[in-house]
Amino acid sequence: MMQMIARHVRGMFGCEIDMNLALPNPDYAYDEKKGQYSSAVILKNLAELCDSRVPKLLAITEVDLFIPMLTFVYGQAQLAGKVAIVSVARLSPEFYGLPPDKDLTVRRIRKEVSHELGHTFGLVHCADKSCLMSLSTEIMQVDLKSESLCESCSIVLEENLKKLLAVGSQRTVADSSNSGPDR
Amino acid sequence: MKTQWEILVVDDEEIMRESLAAWLREDGYAVDTAISGRIAAEKSKERDYAIYFIDLKMPGGMDGIETMMEIRKIHPEASIIIITAYATVDTAISAMKEGAQEYIVKPCNPKEISILVERIIKVKNLQRENTILRKKLMKQYSFHDIISKNPKMQEIFQLIQEISSLKSTVLIQGESGTGKELIARAIHYSGDRTSKPFICVSCAALAETLLESELFGHEKGAFTGAVSQKKGKFELADGGTIFLDEIGDISPKLQIDLLRVLQEKTFYRVGGAEELSVDVRVIAATNCDLEEAVKSGKFRDDLFYRLNVINIHIPPLRNRREDIPILVRSFIERLSPELGKEIDDITESSLKLLVDHDWAGNVRELENAVERAMVTCKNKVLSDEDFGFLESNGNRRRIWSVPDNLRLDEVEKLVIEATIKRTGGNIKEAAVTLGIDRSTLYDKIKKYGIERE
Repeated sequence: MMQMIARHVRGMFGCEIDMNLALPNPDYAYDEKKGQYSSAVILKNLAELCDSRVPKLLAITEVDLFIPMLTFVYGQAQLAGKVAIVSVARLSPEFYGLPPDKDLTVRRIRKEVSHELGHTFGLVHCADKSCLMSLSTEIMQVDLKSESLCESCSIVLEENLKKLLAVGSQRTVADSSNSGPDR
Repeated sequence: MKTQWEILVVDDEEIMRESLAAWLREDGYAVDTAISGRIAAEKSKERDYAIYFIDLKMPGGMDGIETMMEIRKIHPEASIIIITAYATVDTAISAMKEGAQEYIVKPCNPKEISILVERIIKVKNLQRENTILRKKLMKQYSFHDIISKNPKMQEIFQLIQEISSLKSTVLIQGESGTGKELIARAIHYSGDRTSKPFICVSCAALAETLLESELFGHEKGAFTGAVSQKKGKFELADGGTIFLDEIGDISPKLQIDLLRVLQEKTFYRVGGAEELSVDVRVIAATNCDLEEAVKSGKFRDDLFYRLNVINIHIPPLRNRREDIPILVRSFIERLSPELGKEIDDITESSLKLLVDHDWAGNVRELENAVERAMVTCKNKVLSDEDFGFLESNGNRRRIWSVPDNLRLDEVEKLVIEATIKRTGGNIKEAAVTLGIDRSTLYDKIKKYGIERE
């Protein structure tokens, strides 16, 4: 599955992918009261871990994420920053008591991964509900949006990529080897 | 379009503050943060944020409610969302009473907060559009620095355009502060005399002899102190317009001199023998009832008819209250840079206060009141407390209450007396205010033995 996600990211952002980075177990971000993991704490930790030569770091985890203000988040990213995280916990039909559907889950993961990476490339939420960068606060919205960017967001991404290319070569790291334990 | 709106997140807990800020940034908003209520209040002095997220429980002297109250002092209409970990009815009521727009319990559903922010921003966008439209309307309703959407004033604007290039004399009547000079200027600058002088003379400000010399000039040695020849205002206004303000106050002798200028277009300097001829358009103005002055013999009827070729009567502000909001906003816009203040609006409640006020001094008094409020205002929006001086004047519109034990005719007498007093004895205006004919009013004055001022 990770290979497939890496291919998708490469196709979308046109960058080299390195999947060999080992990340620590996110237990440090576990909140006992909520039974969830603080994405803000993980993001902060990832930012500290991130090598200065790595332009973008994306973490994918199976644990359910939250920020103090919200009951959950599908993922979080530093806007125009380096790090992003996506949780697959709420992306599978099983979470909602439905039978498994691997294709649907993969589509959802691809969308959320590209969405969060889009934030790291400076894209903000788009008002076009079919655009990949539209905000999803419930799973139906994830399903409704497409896997591609609208015209406006494509132009902004293109511009931002050009700026980045001017600064240095691109490398994106994806890793799933050390996502948190099932709880 | 979202990035134009700034949001302030106030929380002492870093993780809470930064994660909410990051989440909002992803949504496209420019987000600023503050670690305490005091810092938030300081930041709000520098700029107004579209939304303030404030945590209820914060250490260090200022909790969420106190922070909100401080911010409200600076921005009375700020959109404030109070965040709390525990929902208690008391704190919720307290927050809403003090003016919180919303009250949310953390953690909340992402959809809930997204809808909340979207709703507030939608209102902000509408308010911004409203401001733009208001400015456009102000342009639509302004004519040579005079702003009005009142139908009678619009008729005056139309009339000014029609008569601006004529040579006919104009008599402008209206209470003090209604903008008679602005109307005179509008006539001059709309017509073909615009490149020529517009000379303004206040007839009430000078004694008879001085006014004569002021208007017609004098020769050297014409009187003590006339050390050299001096051109009068009529000569200076040659080719242009002379505006004679407070014309009702000029002496009988000057009335004759003026009549001669109007009839013959010629005059003599004081102490001079040479007959001078000028091409001047005369616009006169008065706040007295000149017809009444003619009737009582205080003003020459022939001069009155010469002056009153085109008559413009400016309604007092109390008869065009609909103009007060646009006038107030235009004063704020003009005076802000002049006073070095960053005031950009007025609260709805203060606007209502001004609309309900009786402006005896008309637009001039309103302008002075707005300026006074702006001078003392410490915030970006004028609020009720800035207009405290209006209430202390005891000049607010009194609420009508039915007096006890009065007969209908006694009530009528009281109303007529009060109206005549308020119009300064101007019967024509009193009749208009009371909605009756002048002849009916005269009958009632006679019937009740009311004294006219």
